[in-house]
Formats: sequence, structure tokens, C-alpha cells
Amino acid sequence: MSWDFVVDVQLLLQFHFMQNALAAGTLVALLAGAAGYFVVLRGQSFIAHMLSQVGFPGAAAAVLVHTSPIVGLLAFCGIAAGGIGLAGPRLGAGSRAESAAVGSILAFSLGLGLLFFRLYAGSAQGIYNFLFGTILGITDRDVQLTFAVAAVALAALAFIARPLIFASIDPDVAEARGVPVRAVAIAFLLVLALSVAITVQIVGTLLIFSLLVAPSAVATQLTARPAVAIALSVGISLAVTWLGLAIAYFTDVPVGFVVTTLAFIPYLVLRVARAR
Amino acid sequence: MEPAVQLDRAAVKIGGRTIWSDATLAIDGQEFVAILGPNGAGKSTLLKALLGVVPLSAGMARVFGQSVRRGNDAVGYLPQRRRFDADLRIRAVDLVRMGVDGDHWGVPLPGARSRAIDKHVRETIELVGAERYSDRPIGELSGGEQQRVLIAQALVSGARMLMLDEPLDSLDLSNQQAISELIRRICREQGVTVLLVAHDVNPILPFIDRVVYVAGGHVLCGRPDEVIRTEILTKLYGAPVEVLRTSDGRIVVIGQSEAVSYHGDH
Repeated sequence: MSWDFVVDVQLLLQFHFMQNALAAGTLVALLAGAAGYFVVLRGQSFIAHMLSQVGFPGAAAAVLVHTSPIVGLLAFCGIAAGGIGLAGPRLGAGSRAESAAVGSILAFSLGLGLLFFRLYAGSAQGIYNFLFGTILGITDRDVQLTFAVAAVALAALAFIARPLIFASIDPDVAEARGVPVRAVAIAFLLVLALSVAITVQIVGTLLIFSLLVAPSAVATQLTARPAVAIALSVGISLAVTWLGLAIAYFTDVPVGFVVTTLAFIPYLVLRVARAR
Repeated sequence: MEPAVQLDRAAVKIGGRTIWSDATLAIDGQEFVAILGPNGAGKSTLLKALLGVVPLSAGMARVFGQSVRRGNDAVGYLPQRRRFDADLRIRAVDLVRMGVDGDHWGVPLPGARSRAIDKHVRETIELVGAERYSDRPIGELSGGEQQRVLIAQALVSGARMLMLDEPLDSLDLSNQQAISELIRRICREQGVTVLLVAHDVNPILPFIDRVVYVAGGHVLCGRPDEVIRTEILTKLYGAPVEVLRTSDGRIVVIGQSEAVSYHGDH
């Protein structure tokens, strides 16, 4: 690595795996940044985390049957989101029984993932990558699939954006105004499932918040305009991903650590500045 | 002229339980109507039935001569609520604009139409006197300020009727008075019919044209001095109720089940 920007970019792009990581990362950052705004607005961080954990055995199962992990992630996250959506208003009510049930399911799903990886007789590295992210191993097909998923999810998100914001902050009035509140909530859960599934490729199951929550948490602190906040969130998400992948490439520090740190710094700076 | 609100032998059941039944009434346009009654009698349900959110189990309901339906631009709604969370980072002006296009699919395109909506939103905010804080996040506003913003949101779709569920609840006395006067002014100057649910009639007593009283599974409609009377309410509740008038003109209803249902309890 040198201090010449152009040379550095050439170095960054000289290997095919890195081109793929940057392409997938860019798509992930676009979707996670945009979807993250709604996650923060709706207070659904917990559901996002739950989806990512349910995705873990999905990825493991896909590896077991020799397909790409993203396929398993999409299937498991999608089914989980559908289930949460149909369970509907009963979930999220925050009752003790529910939080106990959700906690048990999460523990079981991580355990299941562990079993699948063991059955595959794969290395510990495989598990590690899915828990904490990696810049290696994203294939051309993964990039294509990520592109398709991101395109569909972003289009769906743009389509439901206004009714979703309305239903999120003012469900009674939204319903009276004719917004199909329940359908919009389920549609968003499915978009969230797609976002989580492709985000796990870069930062892993356990660090999902670094791209899905942290950028929009900062953005909403900086502005109360929805459109500006979404744009800012996407911008921060892109910057964090590109920088994170580059630093991980040049230094060999794990990408999960770099991305989480880069996402955390602006949040910390903002909180300290606000506290003074 | 067609009545603004018309109920004919209407009934509502929720979860198999009849909330009220055999409700027949007609309310003229541009009237200021208070919907009164004890807690749990179905006052909010009456508004929701007129909004098309809660279906009737019998009879019919019309608003401006048409069957009730959700998404009617002629009707603005302000639900009973707690306040917005203090950390909700959405500007008041964005909330008002949702009254115009919050139910529209897709992304708004900048252009003449969008600018026209913006202008109309600003005018409505000025009408309710909220322009000073309309660019601040809604969660940071006081209860009275939030209520003005929400009234603007309810009006902004071009509503000719406002349905307000306990808009004075959780406001201090001076704000109760200011909001009541604002609603009266909108009613008179804009020709907007107002249906206002209240558990205390006194703050709005000087302003109202008509009372809809919901109690004991029945709905009764009439002028305030016709309805809020000992013998009428006793019959409606199906239990002894006494209406007292204090020397300063306030009304207190003393019921059997609820010790004091109308009282200046703020």
C-alpha cells in the first residue's frame, strides 16, 4: 500500500475476489442503509437481529448441500420474516412469554447452524466467517444474486416508503386514511429479510447492526427530514463498507472489526458532541 | 340539505359484545358536536364506525350522504393517543404532509405538484398557528403544540369534517382553552363540521351546538340543554344519575357507577 490514491485503488481491484467483495458490499450498503432507516424508525432492531441469527443455520444448511450460502440465507430469513409477519400484532407486544420464546428460538437456531457446519465437517473458519463476516469467498454468482435481491428490495422499499413511514409513526390515522397497515408491515419484514440475508455476507450474523442500524442511527440524529436521513444513512453505509473492505484488505485486520469500528465512531462522536 | 352525519338503527359488535345498538341520529353540516359518555361506553368506537375502520353489525352510517369508507379526503381524524415519543425524529411539517400523500405509493417526484402540496401544507400550518415550530422534530414539541400539528394534519387533505378523539386530554387548562377556541374558529370560519369526543364537557361547553351522548349501550343526540339533564341521562344510563350545575355554569354529572364522571380532573 502506498499513499497514492490511484495506485491504492488499482491494488485494491487487482484480485477478482476483491472486485466481487466491493461489488457485493456496495449493493449491501445501498440496501442496508435505506432499510436501516425504517428499522430505526420502527424500533425493529431486535427483529433484524433475530432474522440474522435465523439466517445462520440457513447459510450452514446451504453449505451442507453444496449450494451458495446466500441461497440458504434468503430462504431461512424469508421464512422467518413471513412467520413473524403472520404472528403479527401478537409479536412485538413485548410480553415476557414472547421474549422468552424468541430467545429460545434464537439459541436453538445458532445451535442448529453449529450442527450443520459440523456435519459438513468444514473448518471452524466457515463458522467464523458467517458469524463475523469475511471479504473472501464471494463468487460471481453471489454478486449476481445480491444484485437481483438488492434491486427487488430497493424497488419494493421505494414503493411502500410513504405508507410505511405513515404507518410506523401514526398507525391509527394511517389506517383511517386507507393505508393497509398490516400488509405494509409484512412487506417491510420481507424487505428486511432480503436486506439481512445479503448483509450477512459481508459483516456476518453477529455484526449485522454495523450496517443495518448504526448508519441510520447517526443519520436520524443529524436530520429530522426523512428523505435526507435515508440519503445520509446510505452514504454513511457506503463509506463504512468501502473503507472497511479496503482497510481489511491492506492490513489483514478482520473486516467485521473494521466495519463495526468505522460505523461506531461517528455514532460515538455524535453522542459526545450532543452531551457537551 | 343532506345531513353531514347520519346513523340509522346502527349497531357495533366487537368480539361478540354489542357496544351500542339502535343508534339513529342526524347531524347538520358545520356544527360543533361533542360526543360524551362514561369511559368504555363506545365513544371512540362511534368515531371509528364513522371512519369505516370498525364495521357496523346492523343499520347504516353515512357521512356527507355517502356510505362510510376509509381514506375519505373529506374526513380528518385525530385518534386518542399518548404523546409522540420524545426521540421521534420526524419534523412536524412532514407529519402534516402525510395527511395529503402519506397513503400514496412510490416516491414523490419533485415538481409543480409537489410544490403545490408544500404550499398547501404551509398554509394549513399557519391556519392552526403552528408555523413557529413546524420544522422541529415532533417529539420535541409540547402536548399543546403537538395537538395543533395533528389538527393541521387532519385538515390538510381538504377535510370538511374533523373527528377528534379526546384532543383536550392531557393538556393543561390554558392549552385546553386555546385548542378548544382553535377548533371552534376552524368550525365557524372554514365551515368544518366537528365531532369531538370528550370526557369533560366543561372546556367546550360554550362552543358546542349539539351533544351526542353514548351510555348504557344507547346513543342519544340533541342540544346540550336538552340532553344533559338528570331525567334524560338516568334513562339513558339505566341507573340513577344526577346533573348538577355549579354557580359558575359548569356541569357535573354524578352517576351511580362512576362517582364523578365529569369533573375538572386536570
